[in-house]
Amino acid sequence: MAEFFSNTTLGILIVVIAQILLVVVPLLVALAFLMYADRKIWAAVQMRRGPNVVGIYGLLQSFADFLKYIVKEIVVPAGADRAVYFLAPMISLVMALVAWAVIPFNDGWVLADINVAILYVFAISSLEVYGVIMGGWASNSKYPFLGSLRSAAQMISYEVSIGLIIIGVILSTGSMNFGDIVHAQDGGLGLFSWYWLPHLPMLFLFFISALAETNRPPFDLPEAESELVAGYQVEYSSTPFLLFMIGELVAVVLMCALVSLLFFGGWLSPIPGLPDGILWMVMKMLLVFFVFSMVKAITPRYRYDQLMRLGWKVFLPMSLFWVVFVAFAAKFGWFWGAFARWSVGA
Amino acid sequence: MTQIDYNRAAKYFLLADFFKGFQLGMKYFFRPKATLNYPHEKGPLSPRFRGEHALRRYPNGEERCIACKLCEAVCPAQAITIDAEPREDGSRRTTRYDIDMTKCIYCGFCQEACPVDAIVEGPNFEFATETREELFYNKEKLLENGERWEAEIARNLEVDAPYR
Repeated sequence: MAEFFSNTTLGILIVVIAQILLVVVPLLVALAFLMYADRKIWAAVQMRRGPNVVGIYGLLQSFADFLKYIVKEIVVPAGADRAVYFLAPMISLVMALVAWAVIPFNDGWVLADINVAILYVFAISSLEVYGVIMGGWASNSKYPFLGSLRSAAQMISYEVSIGLIIIGVILSTGSMNFGDIVHAQDGGLGLFSWYWLPHLPMLFLFFISALAETNRPPFDLPEAESELVAGYQVEYSSTPFLLFMIGELVAVVLMCALVSLLFFGGWLSPIPGLPDGILWMVMKMLLVFFVFSMVKAITPRYRYDQLMRLGWKVFLPMSLFWVVFVAFAAKFGWFWGAFARWSVGA
Repeated sequence: MTQIDYNRAAKYFLLADFFKGFQLGMKYFFRPKATLNYPHEKGPLSPRFRGEHALRRYPNGEERCIACKLCEAVCPAQAITIDAEPREDGSRRTTRYDIDMTKCIYCGFCQEACPVDAIVEGPNFEFATETREELFYNKEKLLENGERWEAEIARNLEVDAPYR
């Protein structure tokens, strides 16, 4: 039996598909509850109750919503480019899901343990913008088009700073593999040996860039309700809209995973002595997601020129300076070697 | 050279506003909810609340309405239609009393105009229907409302009487 799974093509295929399902299914189920949590947190800050009718405390609200989206009619605008119109939400969701292939949940619990994992995630998250642009263009409508243009400019601008911040972490580690990055943060001091301490300014920059990258408030300009109705999603209904929505949230959760892996030591235990494990990873992701939700509740939306100014005139110089600084700090072992945790060729 | 406001710059780069906002958000996060759990909890209603209409009866079962048509005359939306003729015992009563609830603006003029407190707007506001036709109320429906809400209506009229 073991031979069948490790030697024959069919067997390997089955194992790979099973592994993919093992990641994607829990992710999507968790997503339903995260969507619910998002709404509950938002409601709590505004002293509302939030969804509380479907299931106990409204826990099944997201499933009711999913069902509703699926059974509704798909309305396609008359002038839409049908092929691109339907391809856009699929790309949006698939790109968001595909990035999870390299995210480790525990030591060695990863679908594809490749050496360029960060580069891969970065490339995939850049491709996500295609779903938005295609959706906005194929709808053949003004607001979606404006929304998608904004989204493209915004995502590209903030990818620059995200890339530079990631370079800082890579310089400290000497590897682009998430496993190596997490291992490099295992310094025996618990949570004080993680990268958030030496890379503290970059943690905030990364978080804010992640908000912009995933079109979350306060940077949800592509779907600014007050100006563009719902931006690139205006002409979408039913299941295609659902795919967009899930894709967006999967990207948010991916950013939560990235923050926990790059800055909060992934699956490492915050207290030395306690066992490491997937539980810590999940808790860190939930904590970051909580902050994501709180930010949505407490911040007003940026103006578009402010967004661009922040991206190009504040974040870019700061992250660029940080790359240079980390390079020197790592090379010469400043700050008791906090910046140099080279796992390869040290 | 322009003057740099270092205080403001420091606040900007240390995300002072954000942290303050977060703190405020967390403060409200644990506050008791301001909203009601609507179908199970309801907000208080004034005795003067103008909701769904009802035609009342005297305690002996006689209907109050004497078909004076003051309500029909005063109705600014012209939602009320009344037909009347003398009954066998000689008293004048309505044969038809229709209110088009889709026209009604709930101004309460009909109950102000009524000399015998026959037509009143009760405390009920949950009478949504699935079809438009169901909102064309006739005399039968209005009398039925009167029976159903008499206790509340009588109480409200009594509470509000000193101010009328």
